[in-house]
Amino acid sequence: MANATPVLEAIDQTLEQHRRPPMEVVYEWVSTVDHKKIGLMYIAYALIFLVIAGLEAILIRIQLAVPNNHFVSPQVFNRLFTMHGTTMVFFVGMPILFGFGNYLVPLMIGARDMAFPRLNAFSFWISAFGGLLLYFSYLGGDGLYGAGSAPDVGWFAYAPLTAKVFSPGHSTDYWTLAILLSGIGTTGTAVNIVTTAICMRCKGMKMSRMPLFVWLMLVTSCMVFVAVSPLTAAQIMLTLDRYIGSHFFDTQAGGSAVLWMHFFWIFGHPEVYILVLPAFGFVNEIIPVFSRKAIFGYPAMVAASVGIGFISLSVWAHHMFTVGMGPAGNTLFVFSTMVISVPTGIKIFNWLATLWGGKILFTVPMMFCIAFLFQFLIAGLTGIMLSAAPFNWQLSASYFVIAHFHYVLVGAIVTALFGAFYYWYPKVTGRMMSDTLGKWHFWLFIIGFHLTFDFMHIPGLMGMPRRVYTYEAGRGWESWNLIVGIGALFQAAGVLIFVYNLVRSYYRGEIAGHDPWDAWTLEWATPSPPPSYNFAVEPTVGSRRPLWDLKHPEDPDSSYE
Amino acid sequence: MTQMTSTIPISEQTEAPWVLPNRGIIGMVCLIVAESAIFIIFVVAYIYYMGKSLSGPLPGQVLELPILGTICLLSSSFTVHDAVSALRKGNIRRCTLALAATILLGAIFLMTTAQEWYHLIHDVGLTIRTNLFGTTFYSLVGLHATHVVIGLMMLMIALGLTLGGRVTEAHSERLEVLSLYWHFVDGVWVVVFLVVYVLGR
Repeated sequence: MANATPVLEAIDQTLEQHRRPPMEVVYEWVSTVDHKKIGLMYIAYALIFLVIAGLEAILIRIQLAVPNNHFVSPQVFNRLFTMHGTTMVFFVGMPILFGFGNYLVPLMIGARDMAFPRLNAFSFWISAFGGLLLYFSYLGGDGLYGAGSAPDVGWFAYAPLTAKVFSPGHSTDYWTLAILLSGIGTTGTAVNIVTTAICMRCKGMKMSRMPLFVWLMLVTSCMVFVAVSPLTAAQIMLTLDRYIGSHFFDTQAGGSAVLWMHFFWIFGHPEVYILVLPAFGFVNEIIPVFSRKAIFGYPAMVAASVGIGFISLSVWAHHMFTVGMGPAGNTLFVFSTMVISVPTGIKIFNWLATLWGGKILFTVPMMFCIAFLFQFLIAGLTGIMLSAAPFNWQLSASYFVIAHFHYVLVGAIVTALFGAFYYWYPKVTGRMMSDTLGKWHFWLFIIGFHLTFDFMHIPGLMGMPRRVYTYEAGRGWESWNLIVGIGALFQAAGVLIFVYNLVRSYYRGEIAGHDPWDAWTLEWATPSPPPSYNFAVEPTVGSRRPLWDLKHPEDPDSSYE
Repeated sequence: MTQMTSTIPISEQTEAPWVLPNRGIIGMVCLIVAESAIFIIFVVAYIYYMGKSLSGPLPGQVLELPILGTICLLSSSFTVHDAVSALRKGNIRRCTLALAATILLGAIFLMTTAQEWYHLIHDVGLTIRTNLFGTTFYSLVGLHATHVVIGLMMLMIALGLTLGGRVTEAHSERLEVLSLYWHFVDGVWVVVFLVVYVLGR
């Protein structure tokens, strides 16, 4: 049905890189509206913050490694966990996933750019500014009151601690404004991704033929509209409270602290799914390619993703079982939280069915995806445990909760992300990442992850509350905390190897060619790295696996549709 | 599979005409969904704090129905619709007039809000700091008024371009995008009116 186009050879000669003066390169990147460059800037900026927030986590673990420790002061400790959480969610997770979305969505649907390239650049720069503002608080947070430096109110900043009376100085304002800006940027990008997926598809790319990664970015972006906007609204209210004396969360004037909790978690829980759905998208693309089989149950996968999107909007108050919502409220949120494990379970079974009977290749991206499957399953199971209100009353705000959600964020999302890096790096740079270093990274990181987060459940079950500065000896928490700290070092070593691999492979990696994995989606039809126009001619697709059709004219997928 | 040269699948077969939705309209719909969520949170806060103020004045004592403003704003939805359909038919003159009428009606609405606020702040002494009613009232109505101001600015740009002779039939879809935003601002006012002036009193 399709034929190769030799004319491209001539066009793609423009890819030859010439040495240019550095200022010209900087100008090109700052002024770019190319979705690939913006995507890479998102990823680079998120990686920088990943290292910063990771270092904060290590400082936290050093402080907690032994009882009665005074490695940092209590004030610094509060700032550390606040900055760690805020940075990881808003300035690592969101930008890195939207960076991948930016880079891959137009390529996968055969478009030449996003629907609104300039809005795209605006969204990136406003989010980046938000991140810088958050860290500028270390310098500017003192304000006129001379109190505080970085924010220390926790990543969900419960009222009334955030009121001007209890948090004088400007640190909380930096937190609010940083998140407000990141929210605006995220909404802009989400508008762009939805519009791109709906309006920019190449000929023949019906919705039912879109790669699952694009589907998941579409669902994620739709969730951003209804989940991030409430946070933006709540931040506007908090700013009004702090600056012009309104009383939204002022308990002295009849305002409600619980209302903030509702507003925050209406954002906060869908946020977890906003982060995890793109990670599902990576796995959806990687597992079929390295099982040498088409994904099992494509329509069920799409339906499950959309289902997760809807159900996730009705589960937020399971973060609030301890505030006393009464039996009706508790039951509703227990039920909806347990129901969400059904579409999630469908996904896990579909991935297993894709692996089943496949010719599995244990490449580095595939290893990360297999680890993802196991770890995400465990994270889901502890999630179901915590969704039961009576169990939750016992363990709310304990280290068990911390272990649970880090299992989702690190065990599922970060692990899938690493797989995505190894999988798409050859497309982005034209070179392969080192396999040996990749395996070192994988094993160090996985061992570290399990040392840290498996054993973190135990002090939680023994009653260790989150956010404690230090603890007495003799409660049985010491050895567990030490093991958790050692695991953090293993993870850090793994990430260091990963960063080294990224840099080294850029200069020394094997030349990849345009399709090193023998994959099937459209991004592999372009040269590596893709030219700024992506496709010299607009592609036409006849099935979900256009490159399979191209490579196997004797048995194309399109003949089965 | 041997290494192939750069290959892009191109089909010879012709499918049914490949038409995708207008991206401006889809983008605006996305923005409206996101903005609606913001408004919903402010409306929820208003309803949640209804009758919870610890001190006066209360809405029943000081609020009056903004009849004139409401009529003006709602009728501006019709005029902006008229502007779009006139442009689609290529009737630039009528489009210009309808845009001007829309801006005028929107401006009258803003004037009535300004008068109401002046009265409340100056005569009644209700500010955003007074009580929970003041807090939620000024933030919700103010958020809506901000959207009216933004809409008016964009309409004025459109009017300026029309008067400058830069607008033709080809731009009707773009004007439609703007009109969607204006309809949204009107729709929000219906909710604000019902919640603040009917239910809240």
